[in-house]
Amino acid sequence: MTRKQKRLAIIGGGMGFLAAATALTFVALGQQTSYFYMPGDLSVRPVAAGERIRLGGLVEEGSLAHGAETDVTFAVTDGSESVKVTYAGILPDLFREGQGVVTEGRFDDGGVFRADTVLAKHDETYMPREVAESLKEKGVWEGD
Amino acid sequence: MSVEIGHFALVLAFALSLVQSTVPLVGARLGSSALMRVGEPSTIMGFLMTGIAFAALTAAYMQSDFSVENVWQNSHSAKPMLFKITGTWGNHEGSMLLWVLILTLFGSLVAVFGRNLPATLRANVLAVQGMVGAAFLLFILATSNPFARLVPAPIEGRDLNPILQDVGLAVHPPLLYLGYVGFSVCFAFAVAALIEGRVDAAWARWVRPWTLAAWVFLTGGIAMGSYWAYYELGWGGFWFWDPVENASFMPWLAGTALLHSAIVMERRSALKIWTILLALVAFSLSLLGTFLVRSGVLTSVHAFATDPTRGVFILAILVLFVGGSFALFAARSGALTAGGVFHPISREGALVLNNLFLTTATATVFVGTLYPLFIEALSGDKISVGAPFFNLTFVPLMVPLLMAVPFGPLLAWKRGDLWAVSQRLFVAFGGALAAMIVALLFVDRAAALAALGIGLGVWLILGALTDLALRSGLPKARLRVAVSRLVGLPRSAFGTALAHAGVGVMVIGVTAVTTMQGERIVAMKPGETAEIAGYVLRFDGLTPYTGPNYLEDRGIFAVTAPDGRPLGEVMSAKRVYPARQMPTTEAGIMTLGFSQLYVSLGDPRDDGAIVVRIWWKPLVTLIWYGAVVMMVGGTVSLLDRRLRVGAPARRKARTGAAQPEAGR
Repeated sequence: MTRKQKRLAIIGGGMGFLAAATALTFVALGQQTSYFYMPGDLSVRPVAAGERIRLGGLVEEGSLAHGAETDVTFAVTDGSESVKVTYAGILPDLFREGQGVVTEGRFDDGGVFRADTVLAKHDETYMPREVAESLKEKGVWEGD
Repeated sequence: MSVEIGHFALVLAFALSLVQSTVPLVGARLGSSALMRVGEPSTIMGFLMTGIAFAALTAAYMQSDFSVENVWQNSHSAKPMLFKITGTWGNHEGSMLLWVLILTLFGSLVAVFGRNLPATLRANVLAVQGMVGAAFLLFILATSNPFARLVPAPIEGRDLNPILQDVGLAVHPPLLYLGYVGFSVCFAFAVAALIEGRVDAAWARWVRPWTLAAWVFLTGGIAMGSYWAYYELGWGGFWFWDPVENASFMPWLAGTALLHSAIVMERRSALKIWTILLALVAFSLSLLGTFLVRSGVLTSVHAFATDPTRGVFILAILVLFVGGSFALFAARSGALTAGGVFHPISREGALVLNNLFLTTATATVFVGTLYPLFIEALSGDKISVGAPFFNLTFVPLMVPLLMAVPFGPLLAWKRGDLWAVSQRLFVAFGGALAAMIVALLFVDRAAALAALGIGLGVWLILGALTDLALRSGLPKARLRVAVSRLVGLPRSAFGTALAHAGVGVMVIGVTAVTTMQGERIVAMKPGETAEIAGYVLRFDGLTPYTGPNYLEDRGIFAVTAPDGRPLGEVMSAKRVYPARQMPTTEAGIMTLGFSQLYVSLGDPRDDGAIVVRIWWKPLVTLIWYGAVVMMVGGTVSLLDRRLRVGAPARRKARTGAAQPEAGR
């Protein structure tokens, strides 16, 4: 190989590598992102059962119930509509009725949201940004 | 009174930083050594003034002076003294003050240790440091004054967020900031080189120790943060690919790339423009990290004391410095001489490969972290990018890179022989293969993936050892000769081997935990037992306990080993801090060899049982031990005499003395 060919081969290899990495990134972005919904958004843009989403809002007052073993159920509300959520596990320390929450999981065929993650916050005055903005838009929560 | 002195000192520090950022710059332009000499005293005085301000704030915390709003917001008189002190930076204002304190510290270190640098370069470096300092001091003074008073003074403070009342707060932020801000020195050197329009191999020699120091601190900061989150948050995870974690990981990846490309620049006078760019990128990512963490624009599990309004100011600083430095780069990089093309199969070729992988990995993390912001800006949709994205993009990039790591140090400069190197790595390869087979056959629950990961880790460790063995003349040399040669090897050789082996140790830990961990969530009544990975835990009930500023219910679990041997007790607690009425969970951890049993209490149920989450974390501590080994490697490398800070002139003076050593 001449010097020029060698250089071309190296540059070509590097470009090919970057192209592969870029393609991988876009495929992953297409598949592995989850959209954020408030309960009210679900009637506007329905979510298919099994699709992974984030559901956020306030934990509805009086909705928290402990089931058998480690199951918990509660409702997430945005003031007008609410969605029933089930979760198996330990709720974060700062999980309380009337507080902001973000859950991640999928709807089952019965329309119940099965969360596999309930996001914990470290600060009692902290409101997840998405929840805060959506609630402000709806006028449910004033912010700090 | 001392609080006002602190505030005044901070204003003085700002004024000094203005002097520091202009006078030496003009001096370098005009060739006036009198003006350039202003750089050092203004830098050092700026550090002292910031130090006084920081000490004043710390004193206010130690005395629980609630007339200071910041202290009232974040402290309590009943808090243990350690947490009173660390509480100084457990809030937005104090943490920014710590940031600037460390920035001015690094500036002073350059002023003190950089006496042998060319006068204009030193003047420009100090000026750029001064600019960064001025921007952040203005930020603190204008938007985040920690010295604001309250009249009348409240009697009791509102206490520090209980999650931050931990030794982790004493270690994690200072280490992380030493890393973040350490890259400011590399940034300043890069900008100074661009201002001068001249850069040579010596530049790389000056920048490398600073990069290495920042890298060591950042490695420690990230690892410490990871362990802190692991035991404090009570979910037993060590890395969540959370935006705040990624914010610290991106500068680390770019810094690691910089560390390697600077070697090529120093040795082969090549990759100059690239290395300068990496130095700019590493600190730009540090600034981005500061912005992401402080502004809370991305929802994070690690978000503390965030403030979107003040985030805009940091964004302005970010735009100013990133935009300014990249514009300068675009204008001047053409003037820098490019290095020659080199053979792909060579040490420098391997280092380029390393850079290709590491910067691509940085880019994927960058895209994954900021993608939600782009999408929201474009379409208004709120999305989140989680661990699956990073597992799909980052991991495939890392695996080939790590497989290639042992080859790098064995390849010769200029023209390496891949076949010969492969032969030399035969033993390491055999060892890795054996480890895989052993893992598959003898370890419970070890699937193919686990075996591959463990094999990769062993490959890295044995590859690093092979490098040291070959350098000391094994297998040809006699053992005594080899040992004396090993002792005489340059410290940077040990540094490289240790850092690479540390990565291997970490890979084993990560693999073992992600593929073989056991998890159980059970409701337990006193006297009941639960079994995990052969270990049996008996719940012995809850005992109330009163701490200095909290109340807790301690759940005691008696642990029995698989062979029936009692191993003692592990305790997890539910705490309440009355000052904030905030509950926390203290995880109970029992370390068994390199593995851990992790117990976390949940909510009590109506029937008297309590929900308990139990994990078996095999080899989990190797993750952090690996980071420690990497840090030791970096430190050993930093102590290499070739890399001594401010090396150039002293190096000349020492060449005579160093000669005999070269012959060893």
